[in-house]
Amino acid sequence: MITLTWLYILGGAMFAAFAILSAADRTHAKRLGNAAFWGLIALSFLAGDHLGDLGNGMLVLCLVGLAGFGLVGRGDPETTSVKEREALSARLGNRLFLPALIIPVTALLGTIAYNYTPFGQSGLFDPKWVTLILLGIGALSAVAVTMLWLHPPVLAPLQEGRRLMDSVGWAALLPQMLASLGAVFALAGVGDIIGGLAGAVIPEGNRFVAVAVYALGMAGFTMIMGNAFAAFPVMAAAIGVPLLIQAYHGDAAVIGAIGMLAGFCGTLMTPMAANFNIVPAALLELKDRNGVIKAQIGTALPLLLCNLLLIYFLAF
Amino acid sequence: MSAYLPLLGIAIVVIGFLLKFNPLLVVTVAAFVTGIAAGFDPLAVLAALGKSFNDNRFVTIVYIVLPVIGLLERFGLQQRARALIAGFKGATAGRLLLAYLLMRQAMSALGLTSVAGHAQTVRPLVAPMGEAAAETQLGGLDEDTRETVKSYAAATDNVGLFFGEDIFIAIGSILLIKGTFETYGIEIAPLHLSLWAIPTAVLAFLIHGARLLLLDRRLAHSSPRHPRESGDPASSYGSVMKKRDSRVRGNDEGGGS
Repeated sequence: MITLTWLYILGGAMFAAFAILSAADRTHAKRLGNAAFWGLIALSFLAGDHLGDLGNGMLVLCLVGLAGFGLVGRGDPETTSVKEREALSARLGNRLFLPALIIPVTALLGTIAYNYTPFGQSGLFDPKWVTLILLGIGALSAVAVTMLWLHPPVLAPLQEGRRLMDSVGWAALLPQMLASLGAVFALAGVGDIIGGLAGAVIPEGNRFVAVAVYALGMAGFTMIMGNAFAAFPVMAAAIGVPLLIQAYHGDAAVIGAIGMLAGFCGTLMTPMAANFNIVPAALLELKDRNGVIKAQIGTALPLLLCNLLLIYFLAF
Repeated sequence: MSAYLPLLGIAIVVIGFLLKFNPLLVVTVAAFVTGIAAGFDPLAVLAALGKSFNDNRFVTIVYIVLPVIGLLERFGLQQRARALIAGFKGATAGRLLLAYLLMRQAMSALGLTSVAGHAQTVRPLVAPMGEAAAETQLGGLDEDTRETVKSYAAATDNVGLFFGEDIFIAIGSILLIKGTFETYGIEIAPLHLSLWAIPTAVLAFLIHGARLLLLDRRLAHSSPRHPRESGDPASSYGSVMKKRDSRVRGNDEGGGS
């Protein structure tokens, strides 16, 4: 069966290649720092399960040290110029989209086939990770097709991958680090403290304020944690279950579903949700690290208010 | 008072982000302060960090698409995406992103969340297409407007994902809600949860969609049509690409079947 481990080996091999190519890049001002950074991530993917918790902790400290003290930077691997790209784009035409579409189409059709046809009975993929595994297969096939079609230098996919990876830089690790911070918050009982505080500010017998604190608390705590999943159990325990469901007899499905979506409004407004808000800013080479968040606030705030009202009117 | 000490970590995160220290450093310091304030041994905090880091590697695996995206960019994928959009007469940045929003939301509602994304679709296709549409609208783009359009492209992907995925019954958040309520003896069918995600999904589409159309109006007002008609590299680039595009598409139609 193809499992997540296979994907980790693929990812590990890719990051190992980035490390080696960085080390070999004499034009790269921070080549050793980058080599160490991508090398440690490769180690994490390839051998993370054998390092032990403390070993992984040390690995995290090394990565943070490299990034935090400015030892990771952007390389400039050899590639085509804008002029050449315009000429290539004109020559190759819309066929250029075909390899790019291999990834989503593989993920799309593969997931559908795996869930709704006898193919799913084959047990070829770990059912928990079907789409992600198909994403990996799609990426590999797309590289293969492009190599066969356009015959770029053999190292081109890895060099181009390194170019993009360098433009994301240390921000690539932020989502994983924030998930780890969430785990430490949970260990330290931060959620219970916040939940207790939120529960304490609600005057007795005021249903609207209870709903408001629940919805705004979901959004606010999600902004702190960067993740609505971390906020939901806390707000459910503090307000959702004891007040809204048990005391005021609200509809649990509405309170659960729309409460979670109120949390998603918080996700749109926080740098802590790095994979949605900070990494894209790096990927798109925005000058303003918070540019994506700024574009989202105008949607998130009115939608949060809508969610608050939806809970108030639909649940009771 | 000491019961509230673990909240120090949150304060560190907020201040650290505001002062623009390296976020990885801020997060690590916050983790140690929080853990130690709650009475844990620093080594125990380090182990908790390490374990969770290892468990969450799947978050970072999405970068395996970068080699092929970079490879196609080498052959002009972004330029092609621009040319394609510049060939459509009525294309505007707002309408284009609106169509993407609808597609992203619909796919997510079917559980196909990883099909699109910032690395897979926004950087190689959606952002350059948005830029090209805005370029045709304005006859040229200044840096700030380009930033705005790119930011909206990423924002649209997020909104479509977040407010589509909960309509799918087997998504993580639905299962989390069900699991959390079960610990209190409250039983809910996942289908009920996903049905109640629909009103918010519709409102998200309306609100963000309206903002996208407002973006078009803002673009129209931000600069006169066709500023710096001659000599502006962006506008001449746009018109050159348009000509090329019709020629290339003609070729494709001729030899396609």
